[in-house]
Amino acid sequence: MRDVAVIGVGMTKWGELWEKSLRTIFDETALLAIEDAGVERIDSMVVGCMSSGLFVGQEHLASLLADSLGRIPVPAARVESACSSGGLALRQGFIEVASGLSDIVLVAGVEKMTDVTGCEATYALGTAADQEYEGYHGLTFPGLYAMMAVAHMHRYGTTREQLAKVAVKNHENGSKNPLAQFPFKVTVDAVVNSVLVADPLRILDCSPITDGAAAVVLCPLDLARKTGKPVVRIAGTGQATDTIALSSRQDLTWLGSTQLAAQKALAMAGRKIEDIHLFEVHDCFTIAEIMITEALGLVGKGRGGPAVEEGLTSISGKYPVNPSGGLKAKGHPVGATGVAQAVEAVKQLRGDAGARQIKGAKRALTQNMGGTGGSSVVHVFEAE
Amino acid sequence: MVGIVGYGAYIPRNRIKVEEIAKVWGADAPSYKKGLMLEEKSVPSPDQDTITMSVEASKRALKRAGIDPREIGAVYVGSESHPYAVKPSGTVLAEAIGATPDVHTADLEFACKAGTEGMFIALSLVQAGAIKYGLAVGADTSQGAPGDALEYSAAAGAAAFIFGKDGLVAETLDTYSYTTDTPDFWRREYQYYPRHGGRFTGDPAYFKHITGAARGMMDKAKMKPADFDYVVFHQPNGKFPLRAGEILGFTKKQIEPGWLVPRLGNTYSGSSPLGLTATLDIAKPGNLILVVSYGSGAGSDGFIFKVTKRIDEVRGSAPLTAVLLDQNKNYLEYGVYAKYRRKIRKAE
Amino acid sequence: MPTPSRYWREIPQRYRLEAGKCQSCGFICFPPRLVCPRCGGREFEPTRLAGAGQLLTYTIIRVPPAPFEDQAPYAVGIAELDDGVKLTAQVVDCDFSRLRVGLRVSLEFRKVSEEGNAGVIYYGYKFVPE
Repeated sequence: MRDVAVIGVGMTKWGELWEKSLRTIFDETALLAIEDAGVERIDSMVVGCMSSGLFVGQEHLASLLADSLGRIPVPAARVESACSSGGLALRQGFIEVASGLSDIVLVAGVEKMTDVTGCEATYALGTAADQEYEGYHGLTFPGLYAMMAVAHMHRYGTTREQLAKVAVKNHENGSKNPLAQFPFKVTVDAVVNSVLVADPLRILDCSPITDGAAAVVLCPLDLARKTGKPVVRIAGTGQATDTIALSSRQDLTWLGSTQLAAQKALAMAGRKIEDIHLFEVHDCFTIAEIMITEALGLVGKGRGGPAVEEGLTSISGKYPVNPSGGLKAKGHPVGATGVAQAVEAVKQLRGDAGARQIKGAKRALTQNMGGTGGSSVVHVFEAE
Repeated sequence: MVGIVGYGAYIPRNRIKVEEIAKVWGADAPSYKKGLMLEEKSVPSPDQDTITMSVEASKRALKRAGIDPREIGAVYVGSESHPYAVKPSGTVLAEAIGATPDVHTADLEFACKAGTEGMFIALSLVQAGAIKYGLAVGADTSQGAPGDALEYSAAAGAAAFIFGKDGLVAETLDTYSYTTDTPDFWRREYQYYPRHGGRFTGDPAYFKHITGAARGMMDKAKMKPADFDYVVFHQPNGKFPLRAGEILGFTKKQIEPGWLVPRLGNTYSGSSPLGLTATLDIAKPGNLILVVSYGSGAGSDGFIFKVTKRIDEVRGSAPLTAVLLDQNKNYLEYGVYAKYRRKIRKAE
Repeated sequence: MPTPSRYWREIPQRYRLEAGKCQSCGFICFPPRLVCPRCGGREFEPTRLAGAGQLLTYTIIRVPPAPFEDQAPYAVGIAELDDGVKLTAQVVDCDFSRLRVGLRVSLEFRKVSEEGNAGVIYYGYKFVPE
């Protein structure tokens, strides 16, 4: 296997982009990444998108986007694993370069979510759950995560305020991210008094509905070294699955797929979790970030709540989590999120993260998750 | 010997009081309460219908019967609020209790006596030797038009009876049906609410058929009112069955255990069947029970039951009707009631 | 919202709680599967789920998905049944203030959703407090 580097990143402002269609959002973002990479040729495209079919009635997406980007007849594939579609696209692109099959691979994630009503979007997102035994009964993602929160709070004493502090921290970080959907701060008070979505989760515990895309360009490491620009290598990739239904899980409060995917990625990178300087994780809901910090091994089991309260995961803490603002402040165009996490990791490791820069950052970990943890994809990035 | 092998009741836990309805329509609650001898009625939740209540009542009947549902040869559901106009409630019920595929199923309709129709047919098939066990359910979630007198009483409930030849809790001694064409209460296809003939629904309708069937039944069986321990009449309101009892010569004591309507409302096809389950809940071996249903249109089915020793062994296997009627109640305001009963016009 | 055939296919599970018990390790699969998730076994015997259990967790859904728009707010929960199987369903006939981890519930046959005024009615199981 060859070593793989990221030589280009691209992302535009995320939000409710009424004037822009899915293909426009993708094209603008992909062009930025290609320009940043300084390449002319693309050997292959991998696109992560959860459900262009349900959101805009469009399948055959990779071919559409290859056409729209002006790159036909480039081979192009769409991958899907619910909210970890982006991370999975990155992994597939990595495999293509690492195997030697392709040299320059464009990896992108995109989702256009605002062309349907809120209830229709909730339904579409719900297709990441078990349709016949969770969705059939009226479950939603906020509902499933709320049940994880209730169980976590019951077992470990995690508090309503601790959940709120995840949102506060991520908005603090996001307020420094010009591309974020919600670049402003929020208070604990605002979070705990915002409207209920699925008890105890309130609207400010939940990542939003967002239109957006993110893209990176991958190439073999030796090619990246020739550019003379800061080199960022993908040192490890890991993926794992878990039961699709929450009720099938051995432990309702544990994200086993994240634990396994992280172990694999770190092993491949030859690193321990303590070696990592920043983490971009899947805070689809505040409780998710708390559970992810535990599954990654940043804190002990059940200790995620106190950790965020103590500032362990703030931008100046021992383990900065979500310097970009996370899904909460940056937004969560489902298929794009995993790639946007990579964009932030690369920017940080290049020293390009502006007001969000974590000083001396040399190693980053991204964690992207689908459903209630039915799939997790983890990547480790290292600066040379 | 043919009779009831198992029985079960189901009543939703929501209630609405007469005062709550009267308040909205500016009506005089005390006079409705007095005139109808009614305090409150049951209201189905939006996720309950004739089918769901039939399933739960039938499961309770199966518990008391102690039989393998695969031995049920026929399943009948009588209602005037079947969830589908075409596609029987009976197939869902038969599938849910595990009686399919070797089973005959039909849905029945005859206003408030559709339940006892099913009972008549099921027991007749058992008697004829065509089936081993037959299940008959009377269930309804009927609607009364907003502001109409019937809105105070139209309620929801279900009662299920399994008929067979062995393990009887109550033997069916005889039956008799009395039928005429009488347009006292009806609902045309595609209409949402029924209509009725006002005072015409009294003497020429309810009372004529109830007394006709009761007398016909007693003549056929060569019995008189005093021979019975209990009598159950169809109960559209509290007054009618008491007056029927007076006319025929029954005492209030005979009527009381099966007289549920003041706190239940009129459960239509479930009305006399639930009166029967409530009576079986307290009856002693050897007791004789006369049941006379009434369905507008019009007709009455009469049955004579004789309770056996087995009732004492099985009555405790499932919830008693009185418990379902008076415990764990959830009172609704009119707005929630109207929302539950889909009386509020929503966007397409 | 399922289609008529997708709904019909799951009727033995939705109406009768039919499950499969692995003949090698005893694990109960609901719905039945071809491969035991615990031991990889391929032989199963038919069984039915226990009709009662206790809530492991719950929530109240206030922002519903499209087919459930009319029902919100409604409670849902995951219960561990008395045979060890964990099940997800709505919790009904239960004041929201009564919801708690450990609440004893039994299963009741209810209407789960329906396709508007003219489509199929979808039935299934729900939890009611014991």
